[in-house]
Amino acid sequence: MEESEATTKKPRSRQCCICKDRRAALKRPKNLEQICRECFYDAFEEEIHKVIVQNQLFKPGERVAVGASGGKDSTVLAYVMSELNRRHQYGLELFLLSVDEGITGYRDDSLETVKRNEIQYGLPLKIVSYKDLYGWSMDEIVKAIGLKNNCTFCGVFRRQVRELIYFVFARPVVSLIPALDRGAALLKVDKLVTGHNADDIAETVLLNILRGDIARLGRCTSITTGEDGTIPRCKPFNFENLDDIDTYAYFKKLDYFSTECIYSPNAYRGFAREFIKDLERIRPRAILDIIKSGEDFRISTTTKMPEQGTCERCGYISSQKWCKACVLLEGLNRGLPKLGIGRTRGRNGQQRDAPQTNGGMKNIGSKQCGTLDF
Amino acid sequence: MKGIAARHLGVVEMHLTLEFGGGLELLCQSVKIHNVEVDPQTGKEKLTMRDLLSWVHANLIKERPEMFMKGDSVRPGVLVLVNDCDWELSGQLDTRLKEKDVIVFISTLHGG
Repeated sequence: MEESEATTKKPRSRQCCICKDRRAALKRPKNLEQICRECFYDAFEEEIHKVIVQNQLFKPGERVAVGASGGKDSTVLAYVMSELNRRHQYGLELFLLSVDEGITGYRDDSLETVKRNEIQYGLPLKIVSYKDLYGWSMDEIVKAIGLKNNCTFCGVFRRQVRELIYFVFARPVVSLIPALDRGAALLKVDKLVTGHNADDIAETVLLNILRGDIARLGRCTSITTGEDGTIPRCKPFNFENLDDIDTYAYFKKLDYFSTECIYSPNAYRGFAREFIKDLERIRPRAILDIIKSGEDFRISTTTKMPEQGTCERCGYISSQKWCKACVLLEGLNRGLPKLGIGRTRGRNGQQRDAPQTNGGMKNIGSKQCGTLDF
Repeated sequence: MKGIAARHLGVVEMHLTLEFGGGLELLCQSVKIHNVEVDPQTGKEKLTMRDLLSWVHANLIKERPEMFMKGDSVRPGVLVLVNDCDWELSGQLDTRLKEKDVIVFISTLHGG
């Protein structure tokens, strides 16, 4: 069947279904439309614009940081955001924000890409590093603790970096991080946008179901998160398929970096990713449908949610006395790097005596690098 | 040698440009663009993407072939463009290739 379609060249089937003129160059997973490059650019950019307008993501005059890793998603995001800001006069002050974890052979190379993006898109770049913030680079952490739990450190630190950038202004209590205090005046941020795409969100929905993490399942599909006193974060690519983003980056010849983190085998998330990619091949809408399922979950009002307080030491949100980053740092600095690794919270959010140092090994695989913890 | 022999047999070699991106180049010695000559298999006149994939698997992929192939097709998450056109529009594995075609493989399975 397929063969006969391929050999008998029907001009109609190869024509763009929007402009009815140019040759179709791709088939979009979300609606199976066959469209040409130019119509694809328009459709893609307008979808993002619509998400931004409908969800009122920004207000004129806001300072918006684009989380930039040098990878394709954030590169496309930086490009599209600067285009839309100009075209639709959002009046935003955009800049690129990169986190340097201190991983030789990975982050140093990808930061070079971000530095080129800074020039290409005319967006100022700010880099904050783990070394400056915490006194430890990921290379040093791996040297101290080995390759087993390093993703936990990286993930916890990364989440906190976002908050710290914001907290410095919200309440100047972050004595933990003198470097950032000093650099803070340069970094005033109203909002952070990240390049998380539909595939990422669908994976996260599945992972949160597999972990039984009701609290995160409830918020992982929201386009904007963090209005509750933390830095507001938005995901304008919430409904954009990964394949579309890659195709866009390829056709536009955008400059991006593609190598997996050398420390991250990322096995658990990898399985989920492969699974949804298999689903997508059978049914291209599967990814958007999983997001819809995640959105439509209703959590019983009697379900006990983990209570959120603040860390006594640094002021970051935490359900414990000390936040995870402070516990991990304390462990590193005292030469007990296993401190804080593993489960510190019992079932149903019941707090155990934290920090736990043993019996937590079974939980290691569940906080892989790239956890989309919104 | 092989080329001359093939021409004597009346088989025409095809010159193709293959481009690997999104990390796939790491599977073929970090070379992104390969200009290759591919013989259509004996007894076949036309070269299809199915034939090309098994040729690439045998001749270019030096490590972790499972990152590139799954079954007789590419692994889900690998985009394929034939002359800058998604291969879904040209019949995927049954896409017929012509002399000087450009085929691009991009892995989407990297972080961004």
